[in-house]
Amino acid sequence: MRLRLVHLYGDLMNLYGDRGNIIALQRRCAWRGIELQVVDVTAGDRIDPATSDLFFFGGGQDREQSTVSEDLALGNGEAIEEAVHEGAALLSVCGGYQLLGRYFRTAEGTEIPGTALFDAYTVAGPDRNVGNVVAESELDGGRYTLIGFENHSGRTYLGSGVEPLARVQVGRGNNGEDRLEGCRSGTAIGTYLHGPILPKNPWLTDWLIATALHRRAGEDVPLPPLDDGRETAAHDAMVERILRRGNVRTSIR
Amino acid sequence: MSVRLYLALAAGHLTGALSRRLGSGGTVLPGHVVSRLDPGALRHIVAQIRLGAAIISGTNGKTTTARMVSQAATSAGLRPIANRSGSNLTSGIVAAAVAHTSLVGRPLGDVAILEVDEAHVPAVVDAANPRLLALTNVFRDQLDRYGEVDLIAATWRIAIERLDPSAVLVLNADDPIVAHLREAAPGRVVTYGVNDEAVGSPTLPHEADKRLCPACGARLRYTWSYYGHIGHYACAACGWQRPAPDVAVTQLAFRAGGTTELTVEQGGTSRRIRVPLPGLYNAYNALAAFAITTTLGIAESAAIAAIESFSAVFGRQERVAVGSGELTLALVKNPVGFNQVLQALAMGEPPDLIVIAINDLFADGTDVSWLWDVDFEVLAESEPRILCTGLRAHDMALRLKYAGVAEERVVVEPPLGAAVEAALTTARAGGHVAAFPTYTAMLQMRGELQRRGCVAPFWED
Repeated sequence: MRLRLVHLYGDLMNLYGDRGNIIALQRRCAWRGIELQVVDVTAGDRIDPATSDLFFFGGGQDREQSTVSEDLALGNGEAIEEAVHEGAALLSVCGGYQLLGRYFRTAEGTEIPGTALFDAYTVAGPDRNVGNVVAESELDGGRYTLIGFENHSGRTYLGSGVEPLARVQVGRGNNGEDRLEGCRSGTAIGTYLHGPILPKNPWLTDWLIATALHRRAGEDVPLPPLDDGRETAAHDAMVERILRRGNVRTSIR
Repeated sequence: MSVRLYLALAAGHLTGALSRRLGSGGTVLPGHVVSRLDPGALRHIVAQIRLGAAIISGTNGKTTTARMVSQAATSAGLRPIANRSGSNLTSGIVAAAVAHTSLVGRPLGDVAILEVDEAHVPAVVDAANPRLLALTNVFRDQLDRYGEVDLIAATWRIAIERLDPSAVLVLNADDPIVAHLREAAPGRVVTYGVNDEAVGSPTLPHEADKRLCPACGARLRYTWSYYGHIGHYACAACGWQRPAPDVAVTQLAFRAGGTTELTVEQGGTSRRIRVPLPGLYNAYNALAAFAITTTLGIAESAAIAAIESFSAVFGRQERVAVGSGELTLALVKNPVGFNQVLQALAMGEPPDLIVIAINDLFADGTDVSWLWDVDFEVLAESEPRILCTGLRAHDMALRLKYAGVAEERVVVEPPLGAAVEAALTTARAGGHVAAFPTYTAMLQMRGELQRRGCVAPFWED
């Protein structure tokens, strides 16, 4: 089986080790004999929705985000939406998550338009939410503990058209008010969690791969289980440490 | 001298003596005490230093560069005042200045060479009124503490605007974010850079931080890349480009045994400098040190002598002899630095054991995401066993698994004491251990080594 992963604006939006998410997807596909082709799409390139099985969209600085927002409006935003409606899997983190909402209002009051794939909007907050996050997630009937690291000044509020990805146990999540973290709309996921998120949450990586396989094959394709000893050890060590000792929180400006 | 300064200095000396006696080195606390009693103390002290103060900042290499400049001053017969123990926040700098000032407020040195943490540059510029400010590079480093790379650039711009017009700004021409700061300079600017395309490559590596023009925001075009986003660049949209460096390496060659040979051109003449350290990043450190030293008016021969006889700084390529073997320590704190260290490792004899010690305390950066931007894939083809230790030992082992390093080569041993014990066992048997600790992991490892009598306490460096 062969899958195509579209890495959205990876040259502009690649903060905080998000490359690790691509590595996790690549390795977990390769260990199962699935060929994952990674296609880099940047400003000026056009996305072909028919051949896109999986999308990854990472975080970036403010200036890069404006450049990307302008390019998304030239057709790529619609192409992503079309592919997702046809079942393509999508993971967006931080800045990528914000740009797939309705808009991001900066501290200066400027509204950077998003693609509105997610019924959500973001406003810049007075300070940054920085620290480890533990959150409980339910995904297609399974219950999982998400572990990650957040670092964002944007506060994201979900509309009625999306579900939260998880409920925060420790950390701030979308906005620090409603205890919600990330969002899910069909086969698309948005989250504030770095870490990067996928290596220590292999169930989420596998959910994305399974979703992309379903889209490519037109039916459920069983995923052979892997030895997740290292993944589980790293996941559990952090969850235990954070739940036991709480978080070291730092705030900038 | 004011009564206030006198009292502040007296209290500072007393706290320094007490905290050294209690075994903490006295590298920070006296600074807090003095600043509280007299916020103007540093300015008073620096104003009396004959050659004034030079401030050196940047993400990577500031400690090595500052130490080279300081040793150059010593070889020129000057008495430098330096903050030596990596105490580079405002309080540590005041403490260093106080330790080198007599009770009557007379500085016991001719020039101050201060290594300053990136975020503290405006505060130290205000407090010290330096005659030279050198900025080396800005990479993503501990983003949880400082925010984004652009924020550091904005912070530095504020500091530059507050410089005295007679002060000189020394900038790395090959880092676009740093080079663009020249536009804000109130006075003279000296740039340095590498002009040799025998090293580097035509394409940017993935860990490059910044590819947009700092002048107009359009995409920056690179014609040559050395490492990270360090290279030769130009903006097609607005025409802004890399300034031609005033001090340039025109030829660079890596030699066996971990030395680097540089041909440095300045003012129409060129000279050869043999840097006894491996890696391109150390070539940049030596180049920066040469540019800073000559700009300060210190004899060029002193600069060359200091660089050529340089021994590594505390935790930066430090060698510790153990029995018939040895342990080398190289501090790691961000992807660009770690990649450079791994590259230097690949150029030498392979070690018998690699120790990677990752902590996530405040000084290390609480976010370890950056480990995924380091090219550990280069270790997949190598042989040595790898011991992962520190608070994030499990994260490190997971990263190595996804880098393709065979799991049976990797051992996880979170307690640093146990890891040091294992390292010493290998070294005592005649082996070579290469250790890569983050900042607090390095302090802990050094503490463990010191308890076993292997190294001296660090404040005596």
